[in-house]
Amino acid sequence: MKLNGSQILLECLLEQGVDTIFGYPGGAILNVYDEIYKYEAEGKLRHVITAHEQGASHAADGYSRSTGKTGVCFATSGPGATNLVTGIATAYMDSIPMIAVTANVGSNLIGRDAFQEVCITGITMPITKHNFFVNKVEDLAPAVRNAFRIANEGRKGPVLIDITKDVTAALCEYKPAKPFQLAKAKTPNALAIEELAMMIKASKRPMIYFGGGVIASDCVKELRQLVEEGNIYAAHTMMATGVLPYDHPMNLGMIGMHGNVASNSCIQKADLVIAIGTRFSDRVALNTGHFAANAVKVQIDIDRSELGKNVRIDLGITGNAGSVLRRLLPLIERVEHPEWDAYVKEKKAKMRMIVKAKDENMHPGEVIGKICDLTDKDTIYVTDVGQHQMWAAQYVKHLAPRRFLSSGGLGTMGYGYGAAIGAQVANPDKRVIHITGDGSFHMNLNECATAVSQNLPIITVIMNNNVLGMVYQWQTVFYGKRYSQTTVKKHTDYVKMAEAFGGHGYRATTLAEFEEAYKAALQNEGPSWIECIIDPEERVLPMIPNGKTIDDAIVE
Amino acid sequence: MTVNKEVISIFVDNQANVLSRIVSFFGRRGFNIDSLTVSTTHNPEISRITIVCHVDEQELRQIITQTEKLEIVREIFVLDKEDSLYRELLLMKIRVDKSKRSGVIEIANIYRAKVIDLKKDSMLLELTGAPEKIDNFMEILNCYDIVEVCRTGATGISRGLDGKTQESYENIA
Repeated sequence: MKLNGSQILLECLLEQGVDTIFGYPGGAILNVYDEIYKYEAEGKLRHVITAHEQGASHAADGYSRSTGKTGVCFATSGPGATNLVTGIATAYMDSIPMIAVTANVGSNLIGRDAFQEVCITGITMPITKHNFFVNKVEDLAPAVRNAFRIANEGRKGPVLIDITKDVTAALCEYKPAKPFQLAKAKTPNALAIEELAMMIKASKRPMIYFGGGVIASDCVKELRQLVEEGNIYAAHTMMATGVLPYDHPMNLGMIGMHGNVASNSCIQKADLVIAIGTRFSDRVALNTGHFAANAVKVQIDIDRSELGKNVRIDLGITGNAGSVLRRLLPLIERVEHPEWDAYVKEKKAKMRMIVKAKDENMHPGEVIGKICDLTDKDTIYVTDVGQHQMWAAQYVKHLAPRRFLSSGGLGTMGYGYGAAIGAQVANPDKRVIHITGDGSFHMNLNECATAVSQNLPIITVIMNNNVLGMVYQWQTVFYGKRYSQTTVKKHTDYVKMAEAFGGHGYRATTLAEFEEAYKAALQNEGPSWIECIIDPEERVLPMIPNGKTIDDAIVE
Repeated sequence: MTVNKEVISIFVDNQANVLSRIVSFFGRRGFNIDSLTVSTTHNPEISRITIVCHVDEQELRQIITQTEKLEIVREIFVLDKEDSLYRELLLMKIRVDKSKRSGVIEIANIYRAKVIDLKKDSMLLELTGAPEKIDNFMEILNCYDIVEVCRTGATGISRGLDGKTQESYENIA
């Protein structure tokens, strides 16, 4: 059967089980959109048009993080393609499987600085697992199929396919094919696993430190088993939020710069640290030389280049975290460590309580606590980046994985609204709450137009402290309160703006007002915004400065 | 950690952009390349890249394990210093008239370098050999008026049929 390139592209997406594309049309990609018109009419695909291509890339990311499926976004050549870049880089840093498809100018114009021509494969080389430049229609189907394989094989990540305009019109024989079999991750070294089991048995103060790899390799159950059957406390990175319920007795909470006192203290005291699907990033191992200084360190990762990359380790095991844990679990016996329990208990008592805000202002922790009390347990929380992100990580009552979507590695302000749209489109039956700050929100609030047009009931809670809070906090602590460019004198009327977009806007200065607004928002069709007035002096605590350890933590 | 000179062989898919993928990768990870050669092999689908760099053990491990992740990389390994042969080509232009010509030719003969062009005021020399030999040759000729030098960078191959080494990075205790 002869199809044109655009049809082949869409057929190949259907082969992979893609049901939704986030994107934005344009000149070079017109042929593809002409086919999308037909495929949508036939109910084969849904295309969600965003306000900006960056929103589309974050939406594909949010779709992927909330479901585990591969997110797909489309953009035209030139500025369309470059607008995807931040979203692709965000997905790359957090190992999120995503396919970005861009059309380029016709092959006869390539390299001539044609209108809206940009070398997007060159630009995205450092932020994709791989990218394809397709200028022959015969290469298109193999490129798309390989792109899905690459995005999901081993450590996951984004892949870009750039297709010249002539290819999208050229005819070629198309034969349907099943998705490529993913290469199995290397079988983990059995001796190393036995060695690890012996270390666990001999350890008096063992501790697990796990990250997003546990979610990516779908071994939440096995991790929980190891924690419970092995009687091993566990701390998690922000990326692994929700893998253990927030109130699990063995959960020490988030680790790192703004992590719990318990997790950060215990990792310094532990004699064995088992790192699972995590990379000792500089936001966790703030001082690579002193991080977990008293522990024998074991690292399990699917990507062997991560073993010992940031922190010296004693034993590295390459493999899918799930398959390592399934081999490890039969070797685990419960060992009691009463002295360790006593130490942990003491540190856990120092977990930060939600403090009452002074005066009439609300404390962000109180707002988030209220949200959790009033919302369904299976809610997806999406954040932007900054203080509100850390408060959300700290105070949301996380219960399950894939329910806290946040830009970890890249720290992308403006991630939230697009990602929330992706999550809501992927999960129409679930509540999606977007927690943001006034700085981040202004970066991509244009996506409210998308939420309105798609009738998505996303509730955005804006922690408005009228400053760029996280930078402001650093300026307070490290720069002698010289608030360079962070006391932005915005006069945005969030209520009016929400209404102008066709959404619902609220403003809350007290917790009671917030509760009322939030309850109303829960009943709304389409998106709602609630502006919460927060004290600009409110800080994210505890805080371990760069290069320091828990001993130098700022706690009050 | 001590820094050593390492010769890394990489087999890659022979397609557009491959070299830029490898080079950009080394660049952004902060690995400095001393020399790089690339050419197709007897299998037209595969190109071979030889990279020489000065790195410590940890950096070498990072280079290998990061580079092997690239989709276009089929195989990557470090050449065993003792059991491999390296060659490099040098072209050197010297400003020299008849008064000093015989001195240059004498040195060239000792190194088995060839005179491939001769003008009344210049001479072009060609030398193939191990990189150290080329270093020495250049040093000896340094007292002459060298106008231009062009070195290809080393390429290398293991002796025998099983000399290729691939270190295991499984347990890095």
